[in-house]
Formats: sequence, structure tokens, C-alpha cells
Amino acid sequence: MKRLIVVCLLVAVSGCVSDSTGEDPKTAPKTQKLVITGSSTVAPLAAEIAQRYEQDHPNVRIDVQTGGSSRGMADARKGLADIGMVSRAHKESERDLTPHLIAHDGLCLIVHATNPVSELTREQIIHIYQGQIENWKEVGGDDAEIVVVHKAEGRSTLELFLKHFQLDNSEIQPDIVIGDNQQGIKSVLGNPHAIGYVSIGAAEYEVEQGRDLKLLPLGGIEASTAHIEDGSFPLSRELNLVTLGEPQGLAAEFIRFAQSEAVHDLIEGLYFVPIQK
Amino acid sequence: MFDFSSNHAGTNHRLWTFFVWTSGILVFAIFGLIAGDVVWRGIGQINLTFLTDSPTRSGRAGGIFPILISTLGILGLCLGTAIPLSLATAIYLHEFSRKNGASARLIDRSLDVLAGVPSIVFGLFGNAFFAVTLELGFSLLSGGLTLACMALPLMIRSTQQGLRAVPDSFRLTAASLGLSRTSTIFRILLPAALPGILTGIILGIGRALAETAALLFTSGYVTRMPESLFDSGRTLSIHIYDLAMNVPGGESNAYGTALVLMILIVAINVTAGLLARMLLGRHIRLSFHQTRSLS
Amino acid sequence: MFPSKSDFLLRLTTCLLSWVSALILVLIVWFLFVESELVWREVGVLRFLTDDRWSPSGDFSSAQFGLFPMIVASLLLAVGSILLAAPIGVGAALFAAYYAPRGVRQIFPRIVELLGGIPSVVYGLWGLVVLVPLISAYHPPGTSLLAGIVVVAIMILPTVALLTLSTFQQLPTSLIHSAAALGIAPTGIVRSVILPASRSGIMTAVLLAVTRAVGETMAVLMVCGNVIQAPSSPFSPVRTLTANIALEMAYAMQSHRSALFATGLALMLVVTLLVLIAEQQRGKAGHV
Repeated sequence: MKRLIVVCLLVAVSGCVSDSTGEDPKTAPKTQKLVITGSSTVAPLAAEIAQRYEQDHPNVRIDVQTGGSSRGMADARKGLADIGMVSRAHKESERDLTPHLIAHDGLCLIVHATNPVSELTREQIIHIYQGQIENWKEVGGDDAEIVVVHKAEGRSTLELFLKHFQLDNSEIQPDIVIGDNQQGIKSVLGNPHAIGYVSIGAAEYEVEQGRDLKLLPLGGIEASTAHIEDGSFPLSRELNLVTLGEPQGLAAEFIRFAQSEAVHDLIEGLYFVPIQK
Repeated sequence: MFDFSSNHAGTNHRLWTFFVWTSGILVFAIFGLIAGDVVWRGIGQINLTFLTDSPTRSGRAGGIFPILISTLGILGLCLGTAIPLSLATAIYLHEFSRKNGASARLIDRSLDVLAGVPSIVFGLFGNAFFAVTLELGFSLLSGGLTLACMALPLMIRSTQQGLRAVPDSFRLTAASLGLSRTSTIFRILLPAALPGILTGIILGIGRALAETAALLFTSGYVTRMPESLFDSGRTLSIHIYDLAMNVPGGESNAYGTALVLMILIVAINVTAGLLARMLLGRHIRLSFHQTRSLS
Repeated sequence: MFPSKSDFLLRLTTCLLSWVSALILVLIVWFLFVESELVWREVGVLRFLTDDRWSPSGDFSSAQFGLFPMIVASLLLAVGSILLAAPIGVGAALFAAYYAPRGVRQIFPRIVELLGGIPSVVYGLWGLVVLVPLISAYHPPGTSLLAGIVVVAIMILPTVALLTLSTFQQLPTSLIHSAAALGIAPTGIVRSVILPASRSGIMTAVLLAVTRAVGETMAVLMVCGNVIQAPSSPFSPVRTLTANIALEMAYAMQSHRSALFATGLALMLVVTLLVLIAEQQRGKAGHV
């Protein structure tokens, strides 16, 4: 028992000691470390890019942490992270941070594959989300209540959706509020009368896998990664890396690598759309 | 030793037997449903390379070796801190402090509330306290210590239960034989309370291994092999969460990882039992006999 | 008072370490207060209860901070799930201790331990893929208070069952022997001897399980629907306090972030309240 306490104290003390020596980059100049935090949408992509970068540069260590776009920006501002990840376009009010575009992503409305409705007008979508249309038969579908799947406040996906349809979040009458993309997809897969909006790439992947999902076109344009690539799809967003001021040294080099063609296969592998130079 | 299942007395008895059997069978059914689901979807993913390789393509391909190591590291830190703390606290509360004395009540209440703090709040606290204030950063250490705080009330309560179950005659006899309190506690009370302590440790392990929210902000998200306790590392449950909720096409490996996690829990529980038996030798056999003879 | 030096040392060490354990809570509460200070200063306590809606981003004047529906949801979820889990858990513990065949008695605790170690994400996935569509077929949208209650009840079942079982196992054998010698039927022994003698242990188990239910996050987030409203039926989607933090924390800034820490404090308040109620009940029941 006493021995255990001593061991614990030792752990704590050795913690303080090695913290003050080992982690300091000045005393250990051989390995360079880069910390990236932010958007959970960008995190898997950044982690894969980092893994590839580390392979080519054996003495570089890149730690990718997730937690949301706002955290990415906050950490980059405070210097807790060298690079932040943000899954939306840069705002005017965030001029202190420099954005670096690495990929595009699109949003589309999804319904269950068995739903006979295959197109909704902008008006209809707005009315469904405002709760004025409550039954699928009003838009040419079955006689069933519409289950509206909506995103939680603060998500960049939600901001984009609201802005596009000029809706105010307080008008929306949701039946299910979700967090991440895959939760939206699972909610719609599990409910034949649901409608939701998710990242196009993720939805396309599920359809390829033979899941019962249908992507609705928007303004007559088919929802597909191809149409985000050519810029014709109206509802798309940017995936950005941000730095405080202009990036220096390793951070700059990593960002250049993330924007290069060498990582296009990784971007496509996660169903995002690479930037065109 | 008693035939509880005999058709001894009227409807009342039959109702009770029915209720007890239904509850028992229900637990097996739930286990069958959920664990069966995990095994069925996960078994195809598991092979030797899954256990020994590093994850690639965000975990959709490759294995989980570094994640396994990070998980064990965090678990070790958690138990290394929580076991001594919980033993000490339970001993103080049950053996030293005056019953219903002000300080004991205060500690007791705060532990009850601590048990109810949601994991996400632990995550935010761990991030601010261990990672930022104590400058441990995103590390196995921050994660392990945060988990120790979480598992603590559960383990203290179980240990107290164990101590409570030791008949007072043990204490009185020991005192009358002139044994010091210290020897009474270490030689007699703790070994006799071992079933309770073990239950606490096993519940603590379960809680720690199942945790996601608290670790996202403390031990982090990195899938690389940790080189020291100060490195960030992802645990199995974070890996499952990320694969299932965030990575398109990650679901099959999510189930594979969940199955590994379940196997790990079985392995740890069995080892904990064996280890305790070895360490305390006859004591535990005695106390196990004492409690098991009931059944 | 202390005949030996080692006794004094042990008492001192354990006392100090107990206060370390207790201090963790103080640290957490202090930290929650510091982080939510902004919103207390600008908004005050009352608006968290009186505001109609929850939309905490933006100006303090236009933002809304109504937590009340979420507090109701958290409480209903906890109460519902413990009402389901407590009888089954105690029944299962009785089964494992006294009724089941010998072989089953050996495996039972291992299986329950395993259930306790499955991450909540897996329970959430199961709820979302299996349970929610089932409920939805009967009464859409499926994601609902009911789904949450069932999933959380399953999740806290191991806590109730294991802790109750260990209480049973620690009852003095003589108790049962004497009861049997008095010619009391097995059912009578369970009801008039075993259960009363284990009362405080069962209460502890239930209390731990309730607080766990209030604090459950990931699975609840996946199956409850997260719509902010006081539920009108078990089929209404609801958002709990924990889901509120988990859903929005990653994206929250300034006043919003501060308001979420305030949610954390509200959660602590709910838990403290439950603990006090349970204490009182335990006091009434008395120690056996």
C-alpha cells in the first residue's frame, strides 16, 4: 500500500521533471513537432496527410487532435496549436488568422431509398424545415409524417445550410437533432420517412455500398462530388487549415504538402474534392 | 444449500421465482443481443495483422497495435493512481473517521456527487487541469489521471462495501489480541474485503475502458505508437467512436475494435482475479470461501 | 489514542488521501464556475430557468438560455431508466446468488462485467440501428425519451447487478442458516431476510446507477433525438443536459461556451439534488 503511494508520487515527480526537460524543443532539437487541432470533419484527412508526411520526414512528429472548428481557431490563436482545422469558409471577422484551402466538400439533402419523392423545390425544403409541410403526401410522397433531421447549433454544416436557404435556426422544427455526419446517415437509413442533410461525399459512399439512401438534387443539379468539382453544385464548403499570421518553417512546409497533388488520393479516399490549381 | 427453485409455497412464491428467473434470463438475452451483434460483425475483421499493425487510411485499413498499447498505458496509469487513493479513502472513511462525523460526511457527500459528474465534464476538467494547468499536454498521463478521478468514487464505494461486510467481531478479536490497527487492516480487514475491492477494480476498469468523451480532450486522438507517457495516444473506445461516427466506411473496423475491447476486458478481469489470488494467497481463499459458501 | 506510531502514520496518510479524493470535486466545481463566469455576470441565474428557448450564441440581449426542458429531460431519463434497471438488476443479482444452477452462478458475474465494459458508443450504435427503427415503426420519429430510457437502463444494469450481488455475497451465512432453521420458506428468506439486510448496499448501487444515468452522454446523444422540448409523451424526442454539452461544446465560442459550462453546473446541481434525496431516503430506511 505505502509502496504504491510512493510509486504514484514518483510518477508525479518524474512527470514534472521530464516535462521541464524532455518536451522543450530547445534541448531536443532533433525531432520537430507540429500540433494540429480542430474540425472533426477535417481531422481524419489531416491525420492521413500527416502520416504520409512523417514517412518522408522521419524526424518530424505531427499530432492531430480533433474537437471542432471553433477549437481549431481558438488553439491556433492562443498558440496551443501550430495549425487549426476549420470546415467552412473563412469569415471577415477572422482576419487575424490566415486560411489555407486544402479541399472542398458539399452538402446535400438525403432521404431513404424507398421514399418515392425524388426532388424537392427550394420552397418545399424551407417549408418542411419550418414545419409548415408535415406530411410527405403534400410533396407527392406517401401518407406519412415527415421526420426532420437537423444539425446541432454551432456546426459549420448547419451554418451553411441555414445561409443557403436563408432560414433562421429558431424557425426550424426538427424531430431529430444530430452531431456528426454518420449519425445523420444512420438516422435516415433507420427511418423511411426521414429527411436530412449531410456531406455529399459520405452519402455517395453509402450509396456505393448499396445502402438504402437517396441523394436529392438541388435546383435541378444532381448532388455528386463531380458537381462540386466543377463548381456547379450550389451547396458546397471549404475545408481549411488556418495559421496565426503567415506560416513559418515546418508548418509552411506541411501546408504546402497538404495542398499538393501528392495527397489528392487521400482526399478522394475520404470522399472530399481536391482543390484545382 | 437451499433449494430456492423448489415449488414450495403458493402463487406468491411462484411469482417471485418467475420474476427472478426472468431478470436473470433478460440479462443473458441483452448480453446475447449486444455482444452477439459485436461478435458477429467484428469477428471477420480480427486476425493477427489487425492486432500487430498500425492503422492506415484513418483506421479503415491496417490494425490497432499502437491503439492497444495506448489503451493499456492509460489504464495502467488510471489504476496505479486510483487503487491506492481509493483504498486509503475507504480505509479512512470506514475504519478511522468517526461515523457521521462532519469531515467523513463531507468527504462522503462529495464522493457521491463526484460519481455523478458526467464524463464530458471530466474531459473539460482534465483538459484544463492536467493538460493546461499542470502542463502535461495531450498525453497518456493526462488521460490516465482524468480517468482515475472518474473511477475513484466507484472503487471507493465498492471497497467500503467490502469493509462493511467484515463482521465487527474480526476487529474486536484483533484488538483483544493486541494487534495494532495497521496490522489489523492489512492482515485481516483488507484480505477479507477483497471481493468488494475486486468488484470495484473491475467496475473501474470497465468504466475506464468504455470512456470516450473524457479522453478526447485529454489523451487525444493520435494513432501513432506512444514513445513515453507524455505522448498523445488514442484509446480503443475513441477509435471506435471516430470510425463509427466520423469516417465513412469505418464501421466494420469499428466493430472489430469493439470485439478486441471486449476480449481485453475478459482477459484483464481473469488476470485480476488470478493476481489477487497469488498476492494474497491463503487470505483470499479464506475470504472467498467465506462469501462463496453462501451460494 | 494511538498505541503505535504506524497506526498514527496510517491514519494521517489515509486522511490526507481522502481529502485529495474529496478535493477533486472542489476543483471541478471551481473550474466550472471560472469558465462560466462570463455568463453568470452578464445573464444571471434566473434566465436559465425562465427563457423560452436555447440559442446561446450572439449578443447577451438577443441570446436565449432556457435550460429548463433539458433539466426535465435529464431527470425523466434518469428516473425512467432506474425504474427499469433497479428491479431487473436486483432480480438478476438474486438469480446469480441463490436461484441459478451452479455453473450459471459462476459465469453470470463475468458476463455482467463484460456488459459494463462495452463502450457507450456501441450501445448507442445498437440503439440507433436496432431499437430506434423498432420504436419508429410504432410511433415516429423513434429517437425518443423511451429509446434513451431503454438504452441507459441496459447500460446501468451491470452497476446495479454487480454491486447488489457483492452485497448479497457478503451477508453473514449465519443469517440465512438461522432463517432456514426457523422454517421460513425460501421466498420468505429472500423477502424478509436477504433484501432488508442488503438495503443499504442496494441503495448505494441504485444511487451510483442513477448518477451514472444522469451523466451518460454518447449513447443518449445517439438515440434521444436531441430536440429541446419538455416531452409530452415517452415518444417525444428530448435533449438532455449532457447531450447539450457534447453536441455543442466542440463548436462553442465565448458566451456560448460559457453557457455550456453553466449547463455543466446545472448538471452538477441535478446530481447533488439526487444525492441529497437518496441520503434522506437512506436515513429514513436506517442502517441494518
